[in-house]
Amino acid sequence: MLAATVISLLVVMGLALARALLGPTIYDRILAVNVFGTKTVLLIAVICFTVGKPEFLDIALVYALINFVSVVGVLRYFEYRSRMGDTAHD
Amino acid sequence: MIDSLLNALSGLMLAAGCFFMVSGAVGLVRFPDFYTRMHAAGVTDTLATFLIVGALMLLAGWSLALFKLGLILLFIFFTSPTASHALAKAAQHSELRLEQPGRPATAQAGQAARNAAEPALEADTTNTGRD
Repeated sequence: MLAATVISLLVVMGLALARALLGPTIYDRILAVNVFGTKTVLLIAVICFTVGKPEFLDIALVYALINFVSVVGVLRYFEYRSRMGDTAHD
Repeated sequence: MIDSLLNALSGLMLAAGCFFMVSGAVGLVRFPDFYTRMHAAGVTDTLATFLIVGALMLLAGWSLALFKLGLILLFIFFTSPTASHALAKAAQHSELRLEQPGRPATAQAGQAARNAAEPALEADTTNTGRD
């Protein structure tokens, strides 16, 4: 079941990447990148159980922290930029 | 006995997590507009994460890995809805604003409505455009 989870995680990450590439607005892209980052955390956690190395969980933990901070930071940037009068379509 | 029970339970939770995750990703790709996509992604994200990390916690047993998985779960449980909220708020402040009665959906539509409207309606819509 762990291998099937890894495969479906990779499929989901591919779909999120597709949305990030063809999303019409910048917010679609940020949403897709957020989903991608969350799924990366899960992928690292599942892989560390598949290969039997519990040390990898630290990487997953750090990745979860970085993901949240980066999403909120990018969001702040584009929120201020769209208030200045630019469009969200890049 | 209890070991095989835990294995079966964690397999079940992994399968359910995979199902929710894949359905959320299909919604993310297939849904027609930004807010529906955000609904699909944001709702399934939290539940799928909860199920998969919970299944891994069942597999881990009493160890340091259980504590770390608990930390990951707690963190994602708080940050995922927060990120969704921040995203929806930022989109609502941009020209992706949802359509409401007396409130233009986009900046262009608002401009067109202002140009075409009678004075009474115009007084209604002047201060509901972009901030």
